[in-house]
Amino acid sequence: MKVSYYPGCSLHATAKEYDQSVKAVSAALGIELKEVEDWSCCGATSAHSTNFKLSVALPARNLIAAEKDALDVMVPCAACFNRFKSAQHHLKEDPKLKKEIEKIVGWTYKGTARVRNPIDIIFNDIGLDTLKGLVKRQLTGLKPVSYYGCLLLRPPEVCEFDNYENPVLLDKMMDSLGAEVKQWSYKTDCCGWSLTISRSDIVGNMVNKLMKMAKEAGANCIAVACPVCMANLDMRAKAELRIPVFYFTELIGIALGLKGSQDWIKLHNIDSKPLLSGLGLL
Amino acid sequence: MSDFLQEVNEKIGGVPIQRCYHCRKCTAGCPLASVMEYNPNKIIKMIQMGMKDEVLYSATIWLCASCETCVTRCPNEVNIARMMDVLRQMAIEKGGAIREKNVLSFHKAFLASIKMNGRINEPMMMVHYKLLSGDLFSDMAMGLGMFMKGKLSIFSPKTVNLASVKKIFSDTTKQS
Repeated sequence: MKVSYYPGCSLHATAKEYDQSVKAVSAALGIELKEVEDWSCCGATSAHSTNFKLSVALPARNLIAAEKDALDVMVPCAACFNRFKSAQHHLKEDPKLKKEIEKIVGWTYKGTARVRNPIDIIFNDIGLDTLKGLVKRQLTGLKPVSYYGCLLLRPPEVCEFDNYENPVLLDKMMDSLGAEVKQWSYKTDCCGWSLTISRSDIVGNMVNKLMKMAKEAGANCIAVACPVCMANLDMRAKAELRIPVFYFTELIGIALGLKGSQDWIKLHNIDSKPLLSGLGLL
Repeated sequence: MSDFLQEVNEKIGGVPIQRCYHCRKCTAGCPLASVMEYNPNKIIKMIQMGMKDEVLYSATIWLCASCETCVTRCPNEVNIARMMDVLRQMAIEKGGAIREKNVLSFHKAFLASIKMNGRINEPMMMVHYKLLSGDLFSDMAMGLGMFMKGKLSIFSPKTVNLASVKKIFSDTTKQS
C-alpha cells in the first residue's frame, strides 16, 4: 500500500529515531511512504492554547497539501495526529469556519484525506498475522507496558482511534512480537506534555509516578507512540526509577531484525543495552 | 447570567457550561488538579459566579495540559479543555499580568519559530524561550546531551513556501 507521510517537526529532530524506525518498519511491511509536499508545523499545543483559528489553519495547510496525493496520511506523532484530527473535526462541523480557513490558506479543503497513525495502519491494513510471520527474533523476556498517553485517544469522537479508557492495539501488537505485555492502569494517563520546558518540576513528578507504576506492574520497559511521551519519560524521570522506553516501531524493528535498529536505541537517554543484551536481543 | 459566563459560552460554541451539575468527575480525573490553584470544577463555578479577574489571573488556566480527560469523562459533555483554551485566549487579549508566564513564554517562542521557519527549529526556539523567560540555565546538560547525539540541528530544513505560513499568522492574528 501507499500512503502520504507527515513526519512533523519532532521526527526531524528530538524524535529522529521514531522517523527512522517508522520508515524502516514501513518498508519491511510493504508500506510505501510519500512525504507531504513542503509541509509545515501543525501548531501543537501552543497554537490551540493561544489562537483558535491559527490552530485550525496550520493543520489545514498540511491537510490540503496531503489531499493532492489522494492517499491516506500516516501521522506517527501523536500530537500532530491529534491536531490534524481536531482541525478536520472543526472544518466538518463549521461551514463558516471552513470558508474562512480556505481563504486564509488559499485553497479548497475537501476533507478527503484520512488521517491515520501507524498503529492503526499496521493493525488494520497489514494485520498482526503478517507482522507475526515476519518476526525473526521473538522478544522473549521483554516485558513492556503499553503507554498510549492522551493525544491518540482523546477526545474519542475526534480521534476515532481505540477504546479511550482501555486501548489494546499496542498491547496486541507487542504480544504478536513475542513480548510479555504487562497490564497497568496508567495506559492513558498524561505525561505533562508541553509543560516539560516551562514547569519541568511538575512533569518530573508525573513521569516518576508512571515509571513507578510500570515497575510495580512487573514491566522492564515502556512502549510509546508519541515523541513527547518519549522525551518526558526518557529525560525527566528520577534516575532510580528509570526503565528503558522504546518507540513501538523500534521494538518491531528489533523483532524483525531490521538494519539500523541498534542505532535508533542509542539515541535514547536511558540506556537500554543492559536489558536488551541480557535478553540476547542485541 | 453574568456577562463573563455568556462570553465564555459564546467562545466555546458548544454545550453551555451551566449544564455542569458539579459532579467533579473532571477534577477526579485531572492529572494536574493537585498543582492547580483552583481545580477545574472550581473554575467552572467561578465562571458561573462571574469572577472574571480571578479566573483569568489564575495559575489553573496555564497548568492545564490539554490532556482532554475531563471532556472525555464529563457526563454533560461540557468541553472543559476547550474552555481552558478560551480562558487563556481571553487572558492574553485582556493584557496585563499573567500567572505562570513561563508557560506563555514557551508558547510564544514555539509559535515564533513556526512563523520564522514554517517548522520548529528546536535549538533556536529554546534560546528564544530562555531569553523570554529569563530562565537561562536549566536543562543545559540535557540540551548538550541531545546535541551530541545529533538530535538538535541548528540548520534544520525550513518550509519552502514560507509566505503561505506567514500569511496564516497575519490573517489569523488580525481576525481573532
